[in-house]
Amino acid sequence: MKSPLLEIRNLHVSVDRHQILKGIDLQVNAGEVHSIMGPNGSGKSTLAQVLSRRDAYEVNSGEALLNGEDLLAMKPEEAAWAGVFLAFQYPVEVPGISNAYFLRTAVNAMRKARGLEEMSAMEFLPMFREKLRLLEMDDKLMNRSVNEGFSGGEKKRNEILQMAVLEPKLAILDETDSGLDIDALRVVAKGINAMRGPERAIVVVTHYQRLLDYIVPDFVHVLVDGRIVRSGGPELARELEETGYGSMEASTSAA
Amino acid sequence: MSSNVNAIRKLAEREYKWGFVSEIESESVPKGLNEEMVRLISAKKHEPEFMLEWRLKAYRHWASLERASAEPKWANIRYGPIDYQNMVYYSAPKQKPALESLELLDPEILATYQKLGIPLDEQKRLAGVAVDAVFDSVSVVTTFKEKLREAGVIFCSFSEAVQQHPELVRKYLGSVVPYTDNFFAALNAAVFSDGSFVYVPRDVHCPMELSTYFRINAAETGQFERTLIVADASAYVSYLEGCTAPIRDQNQLHAAVVELVALDDAQIKYSTVQNWYPGDREGKGGIYNFVTKRGKCEGVNSKISWTQVETGSAITWKYPSCILRGDNSVGEFYSVALTNNYQQADTGTKMIHIGKNTKSTIVTKGISAGHGQNTYRGQVKIMKGAVGARNYTQCDSLLIGDKCGAHTFPYIEVRNSSAKMEHEASTSKIGEDQMFYLRQRGIKGEDAISMIVNGFCKRVFRELPMEFAVEAQKLLSVSLEGSVG
Ligand SMILES: Nc1ncnc2c1ncn2[C@@H]1O[C@H](COP(=O)(O)OP(=O)(O)OP(=O)(O)O)[C@@H](O)[C@H]1O
Ligand SMILES: [Mg+2]
Repeated sequence: MKSPLLEIRNLHVSVDRHQILKGIDLQVNAGEVHSIMGPNGSGKSTLAQVLSRRDAYEVNSGEALLNGEDLLAMKPEEAAWAGVFLAFQYPVEVPGISNAYFLRTAVNAMRKARGLEEMSAMEFLPMFREKLRLLEMDDKLMNRSVNEGFSGGEKKRNEILQMAVLEPKLAILDETDSGLDIDALRVVAKGINAMRGPERAIVVVTHYQRLLDYIVPDFVHVLVDGRIVRSGGPELARELEETGYGSMEASTSAA
Repeated sequence: MSSNVNAIRKLAEREYKWGFVSEIESESVPKGLNEEMVRLISAKKHEPEFMLEWRLKAYRHWASLERASAEPKWANIRYGPIDYQNMVYYSAPKQKPALESLELLDPEILATYQKLGIPLDEQKRLAGVAVDAVFDSVSVVTTFKEKLREAGVIFCSFSEAVQQHPELVRKYLGSVVPYTDNFFAALNAAVFSDGSFVYVPRDVHCPMELSTYFRINAAETGQFERTLIVADASAYVSYLEGCTAPIRDQNQLHAAVVELVALDDAQIKYSTVQNWYPGDREGKGGIYNFVTKRGKCEGVNSKISWTQVETGSAITWKYPSCILRGDNSVGEFYSVALTNNYQQADTGTKMIHIGKNTKSTIVTKGISAGHGQNTYRGQVKIMKGAVGARNYTQCDSLLIGDKCGAHTFPYIEVRNSSAKMEHEASTSKIGEDQMFYLRQRGIKGEDAISMIVNGFCKRVFRELPMEFAVEAQKLLSVSLEGSVG
């Protein structure tokens, strides 16, 4: 049996001495889509950012392996080279750097790190255009500075565009659906679904069933106060929609 | 945060790649400055009487300022006293300058410029760019002279201009920056040894970019060059200067003066990529870059545009300015100033609006890293008669790390109520958020910083001539690059 793509064992994480994650266990195999749900402040973004190696967090104990390798020993760019992609809950602006240039730089940084030839503008453009069409994005956005002056929805769509171009192994999407109108949600979901495949795993952090109507997950996990309190199939998300998190918290204290 | 800190540390440890010394036999004068020295410099250059008189007046003025300890003290920079008697005021390669032909040029000098990336020989020259190469105190060669002459453009060393075009020199020398202007301008007027001279006649659009490359090589020598550019009615010229110096423990003084004159409907675009030796990591050595640059928009509808990318020097003290005398004239100042390690920069501009409907634009980007201190100092003055004058100022500062500083001193003086003034300023830090975002996309820490900084400077780089925009961008990245290969 080959090892799982991502394996998290008993992960404890704190920020400024506040314990945020209190023992996470999670296994994600290639080809799977997992959804993580949970109330505000429960630690979903913390988990996403720790896995993509933001260094503001302190790992107190536990481990996270990517293809059997120690993910927590990697720098952010090393995790990225190893195939981890984070679609940010709050995408960041980079003034003066065009979206297209930024993406090509990213693609080539990845290729270089993996020992591949850099892509020329001529090779990059057709691929890039295709992904733009997939996400029904305006070419004009590509000559604008990264995320600068983008609407909330445009920023989120831009994150998924980046994922489509970078073709990660493990994509973690942090509330990509929030701030999207109904049409945009459909387009973004289409983009994400196009990325599903046997080589790739996707972890979707969301508050709403709405997104999961389009992207049907294989597993749903409920994160409450730094712990995964329940895991199940897609039906768990629907159950949550009706009962809220209250009953879940009760079930942890009972456990 | 730790890996971001690492990238910042590497950045602070950048190497200076232009710090080599060339073995060239040179002829220097003894150290020290007095009337005799001024006479000697003038005699060495076989100057006409009017030049010597002007130099002597400047010297006497400077000496009186020096006696009164009137070296400017108002700038936000710190340095020990400069011993003006312990400095060499003239140093030139022994061999005669080969102003017309490269065959006569010392191969060692040729190799020096080659190494600096400024090929002077015919085949390898930068296409479309004429270069005046100034080595220590003298101009050693000017390229593409013939082609320019056909167009009627005079582009030569200052020394040559004094011999060949004394009437033009006499008319314009000191007309924008008089020797009484300030301490360093007076010093320069007394002892300046060379520089570039440009005259573009009426209705001529200069067919190529002109540039001067300044190289300090000799030790304990000051460089005092003087550049004078005159664009006659409806003429256009774009000019660029670059500069480097060897790595030395002692500070060296560079006190230059640049004067620009634009007549009716004329345009001058002046760009600088300043990369003098900045000193080492502890702040030892480096060039004191104390420069006076000013342009006069003498004619109606004339335009002078300054663009500077200042990455070198231990200390930079310069305020390229515009006197907007002609009605509808336009002055622009675009600046990127980077201070790293212990570098200090106090730089900005003065825009003096005299004519009607005059317009000025100021865009500055200050970047501080390491222990660098970066000051923007700018003055916008709207005189009584300047009906309908307009100014737009935007000053942005970017801090990398937490040991550096950014300061802004805008002075605004408005004597005509019809003036429209706009001022924007911002200070930001390279954010952890931004760094993480770029690194999450696979871009290494150092490259991420360089990308953020380049993005920050974009508005200014856009103003550089195409040939140099890429160079400037690279230089900035190199200046930000760590010493690891
Ligand atoms: N520097 C900090 N100091 C103290 N607490 C912090 C710090 N940073 C984050 N937290 C806390 O960590 C908790 C988890 O935050 P996180 O962003 O992971 O939640 P989330 O599950 O993504 O919430 P949401 O659904 O609102 O996005 C929150 O209570 C937050 O306030
Ligand atoms: Mg969150």
